[in-house]
Amino acid sequence: MASAELEGQETQTMTVREAIRETLREEMRRDEDVILLGEDIGVMQGVLDVTGDLYNEFGPDRVRDTPISEAGYMGAATGAAATGLRPVPELMFSDFIGVSMEQIMNQMAKMRYMFGGKIEMPVTVRATEGGGMGAASQHSGTVHTWIAHFPGLMAVTPGTPEAAKGLLRSAIRSDDPVFFFENKMIYEQSGEVPTDEDFTIPLGEASVEREGEDVTVVATQRLVGESLSVADELEGDTDVEVIDLRSLYPLDTDTIAESLDKTGRLVVADESPLSYGTQAEVVSRAVEDAFYSLDAPIQRVGVPDTHIPFSPSLEGEVLPDGDDVRNAIERIA
Amino acid sequence: MPSIDLESEQGREEALRRMLTIRKFDTKVGEHFADGEIPGFVHLYVGEEAVGVGACAALEEDDYITSTHRGHGHCIAKGLDPNLMMAEVFGKREGYCNGKGGSMHIADMDANMLGANGIVGAGPPLGAGAALTINQKGEDRVALSFLGDGAVAQGQVHEAVNLASAWDLPLILLVENNQYGEGTPVSDQHNLEKLSDTAGAYDIPGIHVDGMDITAVNEAVAEAREHARNGKGPTFIEADTYRFHGHFEGDEELYRDEDEVEEWRKRDPITDFSERLIDRDELTEEKFEEMQAEIESEIEDAIAYAKDADEPVPEEAYDDMFSANVPDIERFVQQANARTDGGTHGGEF
Ligand SMILES: Cc1ncc(C[n+]2csc(CCOP(=O)(O)OP(=O)(O)O)c2C)c(N)n1
Repeated sequence: MASAELEGQETQTMTVREAIRETLREEMRRDEDVILLGEDIGVMQGVLDVTGDLYNEFGPDRVRDTPISEAGYMGAATGAAATGLRPVPELMFSDFIGVSMEQIMNQMAKMRYMFGGKIEMPVTVRATEGGGMGAASQHSGTVHTWIAHFPGLMAVTPGTPEAAKGLLRSAIRSDDPVFFFENKMIYEQSGEVPTDEDFTIPLGEASVEREGEDVTVVATQRLVGESLSVADELEGDTDVEVIDLRSLYPLDTDTIAESLDKTGRLVVADESPLSYGTQAEVVSRAVEDAFYSLDAPIQRVGVPDTHIPFSPSLEGEVLPDGDDVRNAIERIA
Repeated sequence: MPSIDLESEQGREEALRRMLTIRKFDTKVGEHFADGEIPGFVHLYVGEEAVGVGACAALEEDDYITSTHRGHGHCIAKGLDPNLMMAEVFGKREGYCNGKGGSMHIADMDANMLGANGIVGAGPPLGAGAALTINQKGEDRVALSFLGDGAVAQGQVHEAVNLASAWDLPLILLVENNQYGEGTPVSDQHNLEKLSDTAGAYDIPGIHVDGMDITAVNEAVAEAREHARNGKGPTFIEADTYRFHGHFEGDEELYRDEDEVEEWRKRDPITDFSERLIDRDELTEEKFEEMQAEIESEIEDAIAYAKDADEPVPEEAYDDMFSANVPDIERFVQQANARTDGGTHGGEF
């Protein structure tokens, strides 16, 4: 499985975690206005070990340990971005976005527009998302739909190391606020990543990770890998095309519509709650742009409007996985 | 009447017993977590027992508390049942939250314990809310919110203190200054030498105590409680303490050195208190050992209880979202079930 971006490129194998850390390192070396801020990202190297040794290389001024003040430092990142820095704040767990939401919604998202376009807002928020660790409701949420829904913010959700690298670099170099959502269950996933220090993936481009004729699965994050495995298992029976959506906003409707032209069947798989969710937006776009290509009811895979429970038997029940994707495919194939 | 009267010999014995129960409970949780039997993260209270027990002893049973992500100690200090706590930590349906909450979310409304909390700084506003209920209903009780030194940096904590001060709510803020917020020292997170000086900004009493000394904590909370009951509003207490374990189990502790940990371990609050009782001839070495053995076996029983308890069945994941069933959740589950092979969502809806 080599996506279009990889053709003719020199590559290296790395995990999603390494891809993120290396991109941060390269961008910080390239541009001294890029600074990191967040809780325990420095001396402690990050609770999920993403920032790692960056503190040793760049020191406490550029890898800033913040107090436990999400509203404060998310707002400071907003103010700093408006005045000349390119901050990359980290939310240790995306659920903590609740604490900082005012600065995100009413300031970060609206300032450029309200100022008549007279400022830029080059801030990249990194946040870990998702269940699967038994971390219970307040440390397992998936909130990317909120951000993608909110005008003025961009949101990306890489499903592979390559996507992580290319999208994070685009996010940091972008003059707009971009949220970079890391599903914590794929940090260890490894794959080929281009070594070129200018390798980027445009914000707003989905990628066809596997071609197929019968059913299109549009997936995000962890569900990309799970969908690819399911597609392999179904080989011979059902020919599944798997698309890594990558960018929630902007959203690549063309790639989805093209795929539906071919398959006529759509499954959308994402870890957020089902009602009013990311899945719903993809479905709407498909209906708007590819209605006449559709041959079967569209299937949504996600969390059935619950929080993520603690006990593994309950958590496994509500979290969507490959089985749910397979069942959705089988319902319409 | 405080829930445990530290003025009486019996009360002092009960306080020691609760401190030991916390110590054993959390030590065992650490062991079973290391063995991979407990999901998620656990944050242990070992070393901080004098704060939780000293504070809850000064409260009456019908006073409310709110807790933190490091909540096991507060639960035991407030009188919760270690069996049901352990079952929750193991994710069983017999646990306090039916297996939905786990270590970071143990709650028991019967004990007026408004929950451990995975969100740093979220407790004080809830405590202010409980205190509002008390005032509104003209009740004679108080609310106490535990929080960490790191949590003092949270805006919502300050909003809660201000609200409680402006409305003279019967709220006690008790900061457990264990010197670190996760891996960052308190001095890197605040420019205040004494966090209790925060009180000055809200024109309420600020008290700074030795959190390794159960009596000191107990007296400060008792005083704050009287102040609150007399309609004079909140008190902000800071208790200096130390966690003997890492921030969470498995923490590599890159941020502090062994010597510092050893220094603080010498000030073990349980040793300190038991020695004082021995000096007063209220306790003997043998009695102390007997007590430890008894509690050890109680906690072993709790572990056995938790292990024997039932796993929740998957369909229970959809319970408890609302007070009554709503069609939306059912619909999604039914759709997922409308398949040929049974699969994971096997429930009847
Ligand atoms: C809003 C929020 N931000 C960050 C975290 C992650 N986190 C959990 S505990 C903790 C440190 C808390 O420090 P402190 O309040 O001093 O309590 P202690 O752990 O020392 O008992 C952090 C940063 C969280 N759970 N909630």
